[in-house]
This record gives sequence, C-alpha cells and structure tokens, in this order.
Amino acid sequence: MPSSDTSKSASAGIVKAGAFSSADKSGSPSLEEMKELARHLRRHIVTIIGKAGSGHPGGSLSAVEILSTLYFKVMCHNPAEPRWPDRDRFILSKGHAAPALYAVLAECGYFPIAELETLRKIDSRLQGHADRNATPGVEMSAGSLGQGLSFGIGVALAGRLSAKDYHVYVMLGDGECDEGQVWEAAMAAAHYKLDSITAIVDNNGLQIDGCNCDVMNLEPLPEKWRAFDWHVIETDGHDFTQLLNAFTAAKKIKGQPSVIIAHTIKGKGVSFMENNVDFHGKAPTAAEVEKALKELA
Amino acid sequence: MPQEASQREAYGRTLVELGRSSPDIVVLDADLCKSTMTGMFAAEFPGRAFDVGIAEQNMVGVAAGMAASGKVPFASTFAVFLPGRCFDQVRMAVAQPRLNVKLVVTHGGISVGEDGPSHQAIEDLSLACSLPGFTVIAPADAVETVQAVKAAAAQTGPFYIRLGRPKLPVVCPEDYQFKVGKAALMRRGNDATIIASGIMVAGALEAADLLAKENIGCRVLNMATLKPIDESAVISAAEETGAIVTAEEHLEHGGLGSIVARVLVKNLPVPMELISMDDRYGQSGKPAELLQRYGLTAKDIAQAVRTVIKRKH
Ligand SMILES: Cc1ncc(C[n+]2csc(CCOP(=O)(O)OP(=O)(O)O)c2C)c(N)n1
Ligand SMILES: [Mg+2]
Repeated sequence: MPSSDTSKSASAGIVKAGAFSSADKSGSPSLEEMKELARHLRRHIVTIIGKAGSGHPGGSLSAVEILSTLYFKVMCHNPAEPRWPDRDRFILSKGHAAPALYAVLAECGYFPIAELETLRKIDSRLQGHADRNATPGVEMSAGSLGQGLSFGIGVALAGRLSAKDYHVYVMLGDGECDEGQVWEAAMAAAHYKLDSITAIVDNNGLQIDGCNCDVMNLEPLPEKWRAFDWHVIETDGHDFTQLLNAFTAAKKIKGQPSVIIAHTIKGKGVSFMENNVDFHGKAPTAAEVEKALKELA
Repeated sequence: MPQEASQREAYGRTLVELGRSSPDIVVLDADLCKSTMTGMFAAEFPGRAFDVGIAEQNMVGVAAGMAASGKVPFASTFAVFLPGRCFDQVRMAVAQPRLNVKLVVTHGGISVGEDGPSHQAIEDLSLACSLPGFTVIAPADAVETVQAVKAAAAQTGPFYIRLGRPKLPVVCPEDYQFKVGKAALMRRGNDATIIASGIMVAGALEAADLLAKENIGCRVLNMATLKPIDESAVISAAEETGAIVTAEEHLEHGGLGSIVARVLVKNLPVPMELISMDDRYGQSGKPAELLQRYGLTAKDIAQAVRTVIKRKH
C-alpha cells in the first residue's frame, strides 16, 4: 500500500487485515479505519499481556498510533517476504513495547492474529522482548535499552553503500534517552548526514521509577537533538494526521537525520493505565482486562 | 515444602538496616529501584540514594568516585546490565583501582522467566569472576543474601552479588553463618558431591533426597562464593567422595563448573559432570518450565550424579 515509489517491487504492498477492509479502493486505510485499527490494536495489547500475566502495557499503548501509521501509511514493506531487501526498516529500540509491534505485525499479516495469544509462553515466536530470530517482521532484538539507533545507523550506512533507497525508522523511549549510547549514535547519524534515518521518541514522560523529570531530567529534549544537528519535528503522537505529516516532512529533509518527538500518553486508551507509572511493567488482572476492553469497545 | 522468601526483599531490608548504622553507605540505581528493592533504602534515606536513570555505565563510574571519596556505594540493576552493559566501566573504574564498590544485581539466570533471553543473565558470573580482586557471590536463598550483603559491607574491596527474581525456598538453617570464600556443607555423604550455587542449591538438596532412596549418599556443598573459590572444600570432596557434579544457573563457560574443574585439574582430577545452561540462550516461559527445558532440575542433577558415579571405576 503505502508508498507509490515505483522503483520498488510491485509485490511490496502490505496485506491488510480482513477486519479492516477499506472503503477507499486505493487500499490505503482512511482516518476512520486507522482509528478503528488503533482500537483493535489496543484490545490485542491489553488482552495478550493480561493472558501472559506479565509484560509492559504502558509503553505499548503509547506507541499504537506511531506504529500503525508507520506500518499502514508510511513504510513500504511486504509481510509475505519479511526480509525483502528493499523494504523500509522499523527498529523497535524500546524492546519492551514488543506487544504493540506484535499486534501491528499480526494485523499486517506477518503471522496469524491468533498467534498473539502465545505471547511470552514457552516455544512461542513472540518473546517477551523483540527478538530478531524469533518473529517474522522483527528487524532487531532489543530489551537492553539504548542500542537501536546505533543498529539503525548500520542499516542506513549499508543501504547507502548498496545504493538502496530504503528508509530506516527507529523508535526510542524517552527514558531510554538517558543511555549514553543514544547520544553517541545521535552524533554519528548527523556526522554521516544520514537523511535516510527517522528516529521517533515516544515522549510519554514516564520511565519506571517515575516521571522523567524526577528520575533524570531530559529537557530540553528538542534542543538536545537540535544541538546534535538533527532536524526536529514535534507532534501529537496520538493524532494520525499530525503523525503522517511529520513522517512525510521528515522524509523530505536532506543532508541530516530527523527525529520526531511524539508527545504521547503512557497507557493511552485505558483510563486506569493512563499516566500511571504502575502499569509500566505490570500485567492487568483478568478483571482489569475486562474493564479495559469495555473502555475499548 | 520449605518456606519461600525473596532475595530482593532481603537485600532491600538489609540495606536499610546497614544504612541506619553506617552513614557512609550510599545506594545507586538505574531506573530499577522498585525491581531491585533498593527503593526501600531510598525511602528511608532519600539523601543517600541516587537514581541515575537508565545509564548503567554512568552509575558504575559515579559509584567508583564515591568509593574513592570514603563512601560505601551499593549499585544495583538487573544482572544482564551489570556487568554486561558496563563491563569496561567495572574493569577500569572498580576492578583495577580495587575500589570499595558493591555491585548487587537481581534477576540472575533463566528463572527470570517471561521477559525472555534479553533479560536472562547467564554470562554475568563468568564476566564478574574474570575480574582480578573481585569477590563474587551467588547466595542460595534470602537468609544467605542478608549475610552476604552484610559481609560485603564489612569487608573492603569490590563485590559482585547475584540475586534471583522469584522467591526461593529457604535452604539455610536459622543458625547459618555465611563466611566469604567458604563452602557450606548442606548434606553429608560419601558417594559423590554436588556443588551448587544460587537457586540450584535447593535443587541439589532435592536431588540428594531422591538419591538417598537409591542408597546413594550425596554430599551437598553450597558454594555461594564463586571467587575466591573454597579450594580446600573442593579438594576434600574429590578425595572423600571421588566424584563431583556442579549445578548452576549459568552458562557452562566461566561459571561454577569451570571454576571447580580448574581446582580439580590442578589438584586432584576426579570424574565430574556439569549441570548448567551449557552454551545457549534461553527463551520466554515460566521459570519452572524453563528450568525443566534447559535441564536444571533436581532430576537432572540426580541423573548426573548417577552418571558420574559410574565413571568412578
Ligand atoms: C539497559 C537497560 N536498562 C534498564 C532496563 C529496564 N527498563 C525496561 S523499560 C525501562 C524504562 C523505559 O522507559 P522509556 O524509555 O521511557 O519507555 P516507555 O515509557 O515508552 O515504556 C527500564 C529502565 C532496560 N530494559 N535496559
Ligand atoms: Mg517513557
């Protein structure tokens, strides 16, 4: 769907999930459909983390619109051929948000939706944190924070060497930006003028021990990225139109990498999880799942 | 069933106790003070607790600076990140200058469970034991954790203490006295010796019970201190029982089995079997399922004892 770039294989349209058949015959989901998709993704996330009995709902729910915009509106990729060499790449650096990525990948058709329920179970392809070798569509293993952007630079440099025009998207947590490696990578991406990289910071304001401002102050975050010579775009991370505009604008910037600082709400969509640090890494109980699903009905 | 208790809770509680009597004790965290339970210390002594954010390398450097300036820093995070994430910082800032830094990590081994291989520390003890001057301890239960943490505070020099995530059976008796560098005799026996550490001590005792029914008498040693290793306990076990099985929640490379093998080779080689994660990573799953899948149960230990005894002749 997505990209109209004709230099890429014609087979590279993503397969859309049956539940979201498009009224718009172009194959690209409408805004209403995207909202509907987001609701479904949130239902998956809450359900499967609840079933698993452990996991990270907060940072998964905050990333839903960002991920679904990328996979359904922005990236050129092929669920039937996850390692298609010309695909745009998405790297989940905040690997604990794997349930959100799994839900999106399943809705794209990388694997059956029913498989989502195996999350975190023994012998499942859906490991607790993103795992490159276990799951079709997962580009890189993660779970130790701060490493994804460096990997993304490697992927982007290799693309440049091979004269490929794929784009590389890397999603970071805001707390994750505490890690020194993030800034080593930030410096390098700008140094190599990697305009094929777009980083997204899921700026939900919270980490584990509390809000970023109390644990380790990050602000002024946009100025930090600017000082590292990145093009900075700030956006509402739950507004599809703004997100799509941001991704489009980022891709147009030449000669430097772009970062989208997406203002989000941790736990978005489930009232008792929103802005609640307790739901960073705690599964909802069966009753809480039920309550959440009612809100997401 | 023995009673179960949390090593992490024991650690947090002990830190608070130590903090009351020793004003020089300070605590460092890297955005995991709820999981490591060092938050208990932070709650009572907010001025002496420093959460540096998700920045383990920085945490180790800061701890070293504090140690060099008269403080006794306890720095904690998950065992996958310390020493793994900051090995060079540990090497340069702590090990080489032999600074008085206590690295106490939680979530060791595959019993971490559902978080999966990224969060299952199975190389950490090898890394920690490779560092000259470090004392490395993997306590068997909450009782031993309390004493090991107190011992680390009382003794000058770098320590690495590895704790588990789940509650563990209490295996140490009430009058237990932990000594750094000394194995604890948990069970007498002369047919073979099981040398275990951490979570595997409970499994070793259970294996000894299984074998007793077959009239196999197993000595069980709790080798909580991996470095410096209790050489004399290993050599006596070789002399007196003639066969050794080690059991650890760690890769075969560089952990308890490797260390015991080195002592045997240098002194008194006897048949030996190693129960470990071998040479592979784990996966997500329930802790008990994973221990079973990767051959780390009492049954596996008992089978290794039967095998090693056959090799005696
Ligand atoms: C190197 C490293 N240190 C610590 C952790 C433990 N950890 C997991 S998630 C998390 C907080 C992440 O906060 P943030 O990046 O803001 O993610 P989000 O709020 O989007 O969930 C921490 C400290 C880790 N996974 N990796
Ligand atoms: Mg955050």
